[in-house]
Amino acid sequence: MSSAAPPKGAPPKTRRARHAKASGRGARTARPAGLWRDAWHDLRRRPLFTVSAVLIAVVLVMAAVPSLFTSVDPYDAAGCVLGDARQGPSAAHWFGTDNQGCDTYARTVYGARNSVLVGLGTTVLTALAGGLLGLVAGFRGGWLDAVLSRVTEVFFAIPSVLGALLILSIFRTGTVWTVTLALAVLAWPMTFRIMRASVITARGQDYVVAARGLGASAGRLMFRHILPNAIAPLIVVSTINLGVFIAAEAGLSFLGLGVQSPDITWGLMIADARARFHEAAGPLLFPAALLSVTVLAFIMLGDAVRDALDPKLR
Amino acid sequence: MTGITGGTPSMLPAWGGGAVPRNEPLLAVEDLHVEFATRQGAVKAVNGVDYTLEAGETLAVLGESGSGKSVTAQAIMGILDTPPARVTRGRVLFRGTDLLGLSEENRARVRGRRIAMIFQDALSALNPVFTVGWQIGEMFRVHQGASRRDAERRAVELMDRVRIPGAARRLHDYPHQFSGGMRQRIMIAMAVALEPELLIADEPTTALDVTVQAQIMELLTEIQRESGMGMILITHDLGVVADAADKIAVMYGGRIVEHALVHDAYRAPAHPYTRGLLDSIPRIDRKGRELHAITGLPPNLLDMPPGCSFAPRCPYRQGDCAVEAPPLHRIGPTRGSACHYWREVLDGSHG
Amino acid sequence: MGRYVIRRLLQVIPVLLGATFLIFSVVFALPGDPIASMAGDKRMPPHIVAELTERYHLDDPFLVQYWHYLSGLLQGDFGETFAGGGVSEIIAGKFQVSLNLALTALVMETVVGVGLGFYAALRRGRAQDTLVLAATLLLISVPTLVTGFVLQLLLGVELKRSTGIDFFPISGAFDGWRSYLLPGFVLAGTSIAYLTRLTRTTLAETLRADYVRTAVAKGLPRRRIVGRHALRNALIPVVTYLGADLGTLMGSAVITETIFNLPGLGQELFRSIYERQQPVVVGIVTLLVLVYVLANLVVDLLYAVLDPRIRYE
Repeated sequence: MSSAAPPKGAPPKTRRARHAKASGRGARTARPAGLWRDAWHDLRRRPLFTVSAVLIAVVLVMAAVPSLFTSVDPYDAAGCVLGDARQGPSAAHWFGTDNQGCDTYARTVYGARNSVLVGLGTTVLTALAGGLLGLVAGFRGGWLDAVLSRVTEVFFAIPSVLGALLILSIFRTGTVWTVTLALAVLAWPMTFRIMRASVITARGQDYVVAARGLGASAGRLMFRHILPNAIAPLIVVSTINLGVFIAAEAGLSFLGLGVQSPDITWGLMIADARARFHEAAGPLLFPAALLSVTVLAFIMLGDAVRDALDPKLR
Repeated sequence: MTGITGGTPSMLPAWGGGAVPRNEPLLAVEDLHVEFATRQGAVKAVNGVDYTLEAGETLAVLGESGSGKSVTAQAIMGILDTPPARVTRGRVLFRGTDLLGLSEENRARVRGRRIAMIFQDALSALNPVFTVGWQIGEMFRVHQGASRRDAERRAVELMDRVRIPGAARRLHDYPHQFSGGMRQRIMIAMAVALEPELLIADEPTTALDVTVQAQIMELLTEIQRESGMGMILITHDLGVVADAADKIAVMYGGRIVEHALVHDAYRAPAHPYTRGLLDSIPRIDRKGRELHAITGLPPNLLDMPPGCSFAPRCPYRQGDCAVEAPPLHRIGPTRGSACHYWREVLDGSHG
Repeated sequence: MGRYVIRRLLQVIPVLLGATFLIFSVVFALPGDPIASMAGDKRMPPHIVAELTERYHLDDPFLVQYWHYLSGLLQGDFGETFAGGGVSEIIAGKFQVSLNLALTALVMETVVGVGLGFYAALRRGRAQDTLVLAATLLLISVPTLVTGFVLQLLLGVELKRSTGIDFFPISGAFDGWRSYLLPGFVLAGTSIAYLTRLTRTTLAETLRADYVRTAVAKGLPRRRIVGRHALRNALIPVVTYLGADLGTLMGSAVITETIFNLPGLGQELFRSIYERQQPVVVGIVTLLVLVYVLANLVVDLLYAVLDPRIRYE
């Protein structure tokens, strides 16, 4: 890949050699492949990474195949016995039962899917939209950059929870997709800013200037030379955001404008359990706990990846 | 080690000379070793440095970056970041008192008051959010309990003394509003505020324009002459040294490889590294001669070679150089060279 | 400094215009007929419908409506509800509650965040530092939704049940400043964590700065070096974060307000969305945008006061 070609504007050989000798990896730092390899090497030794990766794997499997974790199908109303409402944990109901007498454990397990879908969907949308716009704005500069930057300022001024509520109120009914859309509309300026800033940094680097001097086309410059070197911050922030979006989905569903019943989400479960919370905390605390652990796992992963990618901390 | 009590420093006179026994030099660094802990291992930055300085004397410490000259100075001053830095061996005798054995509190009493320091980059060495008057006056307020007004008045006097035009007017300006040379003058004013006995100047002119460099050196030597303080001038610039210094110590790989009176060293260096340094600067008296750069790289402080650390780059190198580290040979009463073949170097004949 | 202020003031205008326009167009797109929903089940007489339509410019094109709204806003008028009340009056009381909540959160954030960050920075790399960092990770990760209910249960309900201490009200704004303690902390949660990290990093960085080395070389006492020379510099980003956070806190309080039944702007907005009171919806969001923009403006000016390098640009 041409992105791995040695930078053309490298400093004189002696300085490079000395640097390489001193740090043992100097010659590689300018190339994304080396950066990622180093980061991966570094990551694997971090307990924070291992713990978060395992947790995320469990949540992902739970979202994909919830029946692996429970034989109870919470979408089958027949499984809920009103007479069994608000029971404590038992052998039959590990997390006890909720106000409708449904099994809290099974509902919590099945709730993972919607949360993960919103989290992943919003992350992909914001990374694509904000990332691409940021790449173009940072690379091209000029009026396009000025306009896009002003637009993001406007978005930043709108409180995100209220903004999401407003957008969701346009739709007659909330679903995973409306929530994803509402969150993405409000969150893309963040990814835009991050991408734009790191593209501007990468744009000025010697190897990009050299490639431009050699007559590389704009598209090639952007995607082959700049993108691989500028994408690291976006990946870190997207990982962290994944957790944040999952928390946001829970909040919106809790408020009643997100995913609607009979769909199961952690936010809805918390909202349902709220009325009798002080007598029976279980139906609220169990989904709350899983929600927290999931968000924590993604934020931990983001922290670990950032530490591994940040050369300053090495 | 000598027992040091809290009272000792204040028993000594605050200003140079006086009742101090003559056999005690102003400053004596003895066998100083400093290491830095890094991920790759211990970096041996200073490996047994000795030097002495009398009151009123100027010692120029020469060497390239990484030679340990600044680290030595920071160890004397007690401003090394510990950790990662650690003084592993040695003494720093200031008027006979080992500074390394003092409590942090007593050390702070010596710093600023009796030993002062100026740094290379005055812009970053001055606090950006306080006015220069405030920063100079702080010396009087903190160390002498002066009132605000009194401190300001004396700050103006100092600014006048270091020849900052319109001192009274500029008292309330911030560091970034001054030019590089003026900022270094402010640093100097702050350093000499309490009339210290020893001033350490760490590359005081490196960051400045050539014309300004000369002015600053002139100011420093003038202040030193008037006050009689000792001065350690750390530099990699031989041009600065000739006029200002009485003697020089050349450092390489964390050791002193040659020390001499400045004129002796200039006339005939006794260490190949000193010779290399002298050959690499243009000099009017050697016009027409070829300039020589020292080839090769400075030693890796993580993994010091056995034997002489300069050997890999040395034109006088012989077989034993890579095996046996040369001791500091005493050449005369004021001179030493850490080279097995100092005679050949002194004679100027290439081994 | 004058030019800096003017430039900064001018930058506010497009942001305000853009934000109000965006909000107005979203609300314009809201489904449903406000007049019909006002009447409830009954049919409204046609002449009243016509009158109301005329009065609220409902037949005008979108841009004209926006213009009417904007010109009213410039005179400090947030418009009228469809029931005829002034939006400004409705908002005022709710604003007070939201402001109290946000200010409580801000105070907690400052005390806990700066304190913890300071503590950790001076013990960098040691066990206490790691502990503080782990705590911030938890605070960032556990959603408001969870901390809110858990604290309500532990400090509001269980504490009272087990010890009889009834210090933390868990619902409503009837107990003066105490009503805001728990929700204030819940709202501040993430900000506390970020501020702790920010204080820790900037203070640790400034402690390594050259001018701090100079302060040591000047022989100043440790307390003065940290408390004056380092802190004064480290506080610049901290203070600016705090200022900007006021707007964020006010705008993100909906969930906290709901959990603790505080009648603030978030709750009111929520109700107005359900009741299709578009003027109130627009008014509230506009107000919060104003708070956010003004808070940021004040912060930028404050920045210039704190950092002489900007002041004299």
